[in-house]
Amino acid sequence: MLEPLYQDIFKAFLPELILAGTVLFVLLFDLGWLSDAPMARRRTVAGGLSFLGCLAAFFLCFRSQLEIRLSQGMLNVDSLSLLLVSVILVLTGISILLAIESLESPHVGEFFSIILLATIGLLILVSSENMLMIFLGMELTSLSLYILTAFDKRRVQSIEAALKYFLFGGLSAAVLLFGLSLIYSTTGETDLKEVYWILIAKGPLPIGVLGMIMVIAGFGFKIAAVPFHLWAPETYEGAPAPSAAFIASVSKVAGFMVTAKFLLVGLFGMMGSAAWYLIRPGWAPILAVMAAFSMVLGNFAAIRQVGLRRLLAYSAIAHSGYMLLGIISQNSGARGALIYYVTTYAAAMIGAFAVVHLLESQRGNDRLSSLRGLFQSSPVTSLCFGVFIFSLAGIPPLAGFFGKFYLFAEALEPASGVFGLFWLVGLAVITSVVSFYYYLKVLKQVFVMEAMPDTRSFATPPFTPFILVLIASGILLLGCFPHWFTRLIEPAMKAHGF
Amino acid sequence: MTDISQLALSILTAVPLFGAVMVMVLNPGCRHYSKRWSLGFSLVATFGALLICYGFEPGKEGFQFEEEYLWLKNPVVYYHLGVDGISIVFLLLTALIIPFSIALSKSPDSNPNLYFSLLLLLQCGLTGTFTALNFFHWFLFWEASLIPAFFLVRLWGGRQRAATAGTFFVFTMVGSIAMLVSFLALYFALGTFEFNELAEFGRQGLLTEAISQHVEIAGLSANKLSVLVFSGVFLGVAVKIPLVPFHSWLPDTYTQAPTPVTIVLTGVMSKMGVYGMIRLLLPIFPGQIRILQDVLLGLAVLTIVYGAFAALQQTDLKKMLAYSSINHLGYCALGIFASVTVVGTEVHWITEKASALNGVVLQCFSHGITASALFFMVWILESRKGAGRKLGGFSGLRSKAPVFCGLCGVAAFASLGLPGLSSFVGEFLIFKGAFSLAPTAALLSIPGLLVTAVFLLRFFQITFCGPCPAESNHFADLNSKEILTAVPLMALIVILGVFPDILIRLINPKAIEIIAHLAP
Amino acid sequence: MLAWTIYLTFIGAVALLLLPISVRAVRFTALATALAGLLISVIEAILYHAIAFQEPMQIIVRKDWIPDLGIEYLLQYDGISLVLVLLNGIIAVSGILFSWNIRHREKEFFSLFLILIGAVYGVFLSFDAFLLLVFYEIAIIPKYFLIAIWGSTRKEYGAMKLVLYSMIGGGMIFFGIVAAYAASGGQTFNLEVLAKFEYPLLFQMIMFPILFVGFAVLAGLWPFHSWAPTGHVAAPTGASMLLAGVIMKIGAYGALRVAMTFFPLGLDYWRGPLSVMALIGIVYGACNALVQKDFKFVIGYSSVNHMGFVLLGMLTLHEIGVSGAVLQMFSHGILSGLLFAVAGTMVYERTGTRELDHLSRMMLSRKIPFVAVIFTLTGFASMGLPGFSGFVAELQILIGVWSAFPWMAIVAAIGILIGVAYNLRTMQTVFFTEPSPDHVMEMPGSSVISLPEKLGACLLISVSLVVGLYPRILLDLIYPSLHTPMMKALIEGGGH
Repeated sequence: MLEPLYQDIFKAFLPELILAGTVLFVLLFDLGWLSDAPMARRRTVAGGLSFLGCLAAFFLCFRSQLEIRLSQGMLNVDSLSLLLVSVILVLTGISILLAIESLESPHVGEFFSIILLATIGLLILVSSENMLMIFLGMELTSLSLYILTAFDKRRVQSIEAALKYFLFGGLSAAVLLFGLSLIYSTTGETDLKEVYWILIAKGPLPIGVLGMIMVIAGFGFKIAAVPFHLWAPETYEGAPAPSAAFIASVSKVAGFMVTAKFLLVGLFGMMGSAAWYLIRPGWAPILAVMAAFSMVLGNFAAIRQVGLRRLLAYSAIAHSGYMLLGIISQNSGARGALIYYVTTYAAAMIGAFAVVHLLESQRGNDRLSSLRGLFQSSPVTSLCFGVFIFSLAGIPPLAGFFGKFYLFAEALEPASGVFGLFWLVGLAVITSVVSFYYYLKVLKQVFVMEAMPDTRSFATPPFTPFILVLIASGILLLGCFPHWFTRLIEPAMKAHGF
Repeated sequence: MTDISQLALSILTAVPLFGAVMVMVLNPGCRHYSKRWSLGFSLVATFGALLICYGFEPGKEGFQFEEEYLWLKNPVVYYHLGVDGISIVFLLLTALIIPFSIALSKSPDSNPNLYFSLLLLLQCGLTGTFTALNFFHWFLFWEASLIPAFFLVRLWGGRQRAATAGTFFVFTMVGSIAMLVSFLALYFALGTFEFNELAEFGRQGLLTEAISQHVEIAGLSANKLSVLVFSGVFLGVAVKIPLVPFHSWLPDTYTQAPTPVTIVLTGVMSKMGVYGMIRLLLPIFPGQIRILQDVLLGLAVLTIVYGAFAALQQTDLKKMLAYSSINHLGYCALGIFASVTVVGTEVHWITEKASALNGVVLQCFSHGITASALFFMVWILESRKGAGRKLGGFSGLRSKAPVFCGLCGVAAFASLGLPGLSSFVGEFLIFKGAFSLAPTAALLSIPGLLVTAVFLLRFFQITFCGPCPAESNHFADLNSKEILTAVPLMALIVILGVFPDILIRLINPKAIEIIAHLAP
Repeated sequence: MLAWTIYLTFIGAVALLLLPISVRAVRFTALATALAGLLISVIEAILYHAIAFQEPMQIIVRKDWIPDLGIEYLLQYDGISLVLVLLNGIIAVSGILFSWNIRHREKEFFSLFLILIGAVYGVFLSFDAFLLLVFYEIAIIPKYFLIAIWGSTRKEYGAMKLVLYSMIGGGMIFFGIVAAYAASGGQTFNLEVLAKFEYPLLFQMIMFPILFVGFAVLAGLWPFHSWAPTGHVAAPTGASMLLAGVIMKIGAYGALRVAMTFFPLGLDYWRGPLSVMALIGIVYGACNALVQKDFKFVIGYSSVNHMGFVLLGMLTLHEIGVSGAVLQMFSHGILSGLLFAVAGTMVYERTGTRELDHLSRMMLSRKIPFVAVIFTLTGFASMGLPGFSGFVAELQILIGVWSAFPWMAIVAAIGILIGVAYNLRTMQTVFFTEPSPDHVMEMPGSSVISLPEKLGACLLISVSLVVGLYPRILLDLIYPSLHTPMMKALIEGGGH
């Protein structure tokens, strides 16, 4: 293989570089020139700059035809990775915009720059095909997220959540690293594509299998699938709302994509099958069991929650269960469905957490009962919230519905007419019916119940509703015209040969 | 003129309906307004019926004044009307009794409009039933006449009207639905609702086979299946007449209903059942009747005897007359079943059968008028003295009210079948046929005949003869209005007794036709 | 043009929500929207009469929607759809008339109401399985809010139960449709194409009950009917009219149009058990209605009874039986709408109670004779007396039943009889009881019947009468549609 030109390396890394530059700029502006300015202006400037950085990087990547593979897959830029990078940048941008008004900490510059750093990590995750780089990206992201979780250092819950997150995360990182090293020890390669060929040639080795299991454990943590989900409710509950939104959405997109990539590119030979009539050992049955438990546990645990954040956390676990279908299915179309699903899911989650933040800032807690009568006092926010929740629940004509439909349809492998995942899809459908129960419980408070006479009216900051409307209409449009997005996914998938 | 005569029956049906709507909708202050108008409308219908009777040619085979349009394609349903010698008798009876009942009614305190328009609706339903030749709308009218009857009892009846009306309705509906289901089975097997076509199947004896080809229930044999289908239809008409085990709705209903309504119930509505037997059971199911003939004749005898003895036990005059109605209609059932029993095509048998059938129709008509007349008399008694319709509530009225006594006597003697009055001819013809066709059954019903005489005479004796107690001193005789109301009926009773040929001329050709068409 | 029924209704719904207009204007806008929808469907029905026999299947719009999955935006109709579209239009208009005096969050009420109506139009007109599913699910959500916000007796329980049942049904449909799509090669969701595909036997045997029951849950198939009584009771009048009037029809329609045409072999296999279930529904619904103490519960169970006939009629696979089922859908829609209007608006708003025992002490036939007359007529229609729409429908169904399962005809007749009994009992108790003087209760509300109520009641009862006396109005739409390739295969496949 030819050594790549430096110019190529530069091109390939350009989005990350732009973000890194933005990090520096933000810190410079905020700490250097604006340290004495009023908070509002600091937030606006820092947030605005970060957003512009994301925007610039987005326009660079979106629909770019670049195709570069650095040595050993250190960076593998193709239309798929560019698409994922664009998605992550858009979602990050939205989170940043929302954070401008919802950030409560005085450490404005730090907050935005850490978000951007985490994003860099995520970008590396989705655009690398090298075990080393993947681990690197993972650590960069994770460390940033620990800080983000602990950002509200005056609140004990925030610190507690961060500590738990950190402990679980650290452990899982260690496990992941161990797994990666075991795989490396069998194959002697870090490039996932090479790993695939060597594993095929060598056949299943016990050490390789052990490595695979450890890798699954590591990634399972990232995507909060049962039984590696324990951190999620705590973190979602304790972290400051903007951080929680970021963790629940953007980081999940990257988490799923990297899991999919690692398993489907590197360990494709060890896939096995989770089809009910021919279960073969491999990672697919393991993931299938994880998925089944995630759906069941996530949905049923969510029913019992009285806090909105924990409810969203458990529902996120359930959604992880659904999304795992996209990886387990042998049908390549399912990956496309997975991208669609995780994107629209993330958008709805960002929106939902923004509303959670509004709720907490007005009512002081995130109990479901605090939502009571929200529709009367703040109809726009409520309608948007309705859209987010309905999208999560999978009601047409919202994106969440088409996502589910697309994912489940593809998981049944229409092209071959084989119904291997019959059982898992069936379970997903059943449990998603359960999920209606608690989603409706939330919306009942908003729309059905009338506000108590003594509750204060609900004041929203001026800018947030616009962004909420933006997200909501995005979800609505993507639901009505999913083709706008799937049209981008299909060719990218083909080009990558997923 | 041809155009009108082609629509004559539809118009005849529509007139009372139109009248009902008009009476209901128009609502001026005058209380008697609705009575007058409804009487007017029903008399128009009577006039129409007479016109049709005038235009009717007795000897002609088949139906006259026919109207036939395709109504529904699936199931195939024709709107098919027509009259023959039998239905025209029933049509005349309807046209006679309803105006009589309206003329008799006092405007009720609550909702007089509704009361009279319900009576008109009833007339519409009855007219429709007697002219329909397709099961579909025959059934429509059959049921449609039930609703006004139900409400007349329900809203203006006596003290126990709620329970009574409910029982009445439910009994009748049970019968109707059984009949409906059976007819649907017929439709499914034979593909038609037309009475003519169904009768043709019946005549050729294809019914059993067709049913067993298309319908299968729990491995029943063909015969049993066809009997099952027959029983459904039978139940429908038997409840309406009613035959004895299905009769228990009747005495209470007749008692609780306001007397003018009772007159309609007994005068015309019970005839729907008989008509149903002649129009449906006889031509379509001759084979099935033969299979069950012992049971059916037994039921008829039971009805006759039971009705008579039960009437004997009653002290309430209305109840007594109610049971006597059961008894009288039992003769009709006897005649009908008897006319199917013997298999044979000799002239002798045909004559006997035709005689029985003639008797049945005649009996229907004359029971219609005599029973109405008797109830009318009870109505007079009721209106004279509170709720005094107990047997023995009056006595010795002969001296106080000679006209009343005379008319009442005519009606009572007509009812017990005195020769020279209308009922005699009917009963005579029925028994003439029955004695040769089904001698056992005829013999067994004789006690019924005798007991009828006993209770009617006893009623007459107690009420009119003997000393007149003081409280009856003020009993007023019939006034001119009442006499005017009663006279047509009385005249008919006598005229028919003397010249039964007026009706037999209409009935006989058709009766012979039906008999001839019965399977050999 | 028929597509505009959907669009107009949705536009109306959004306009109501967004425009700052007075309550009065809200009502009239809603009414105008519903009337427009009805008008369009009536015109289309008249036009369709002329072409029904040549071209029973009419395409309205056909556009690629999501080409990757072969999903089309395909609106299409035949006579069956058209009959139900008409029903929906009528119910929409009368439902709004009977909701005229909603006094609480009016805008939202009418907006949700119209969304529901629009979605139902969509279900009846979609010939793409995905599109159908989308409309189906859209129809579910407004139901929840309509009941939970404006309902009465245990409204949140009723609403949640209803939605969860619908969603379970929705999930099964989802699964069934996706499976059919996958099994047929993942090319298209077009109903006609999917119906033509020959699925393997085992697959059909497994998937048919899932898809059928998924739809039939909404149609009130026993034993999945239990949402119906509680939901109906909890719902406000307008919503229960919609529930019984059209939502239950979505279920029956879907079962016929989707489940049965997709999997004829599976149908053959399951036909017996399912028709027994329908039969049990008939008898069970009637028996339950006979012993209820709450006015609306009676009607709720009567819906189960009537929908049993619909399902039984469809399962006969006999031309007449199926057409009877479609007619019964229409007829039951009209009648149950009217019954709920009487129970929920005309009586409940005046008396404040639905306990039969209390109502029986109020001598309602004297105080509100108009209502008594309307209810009586409706009761007679609902017992299937001839002259009303229900009769022709039940007659056709029973003919079909004679052909398919003769012994069931007898049981069904018993069901009809019990139907007579409960209708009579309700009528007697509510309107015609004369209590002893010391038991008399006053009727708290005014005895004046408002104009919208009169209009709505007359509209519905006259529709039932017209259809009862001249059923060809609808049968001429339905019959040709039973001879389209799609339905013909079904009727000839398992029928007589």
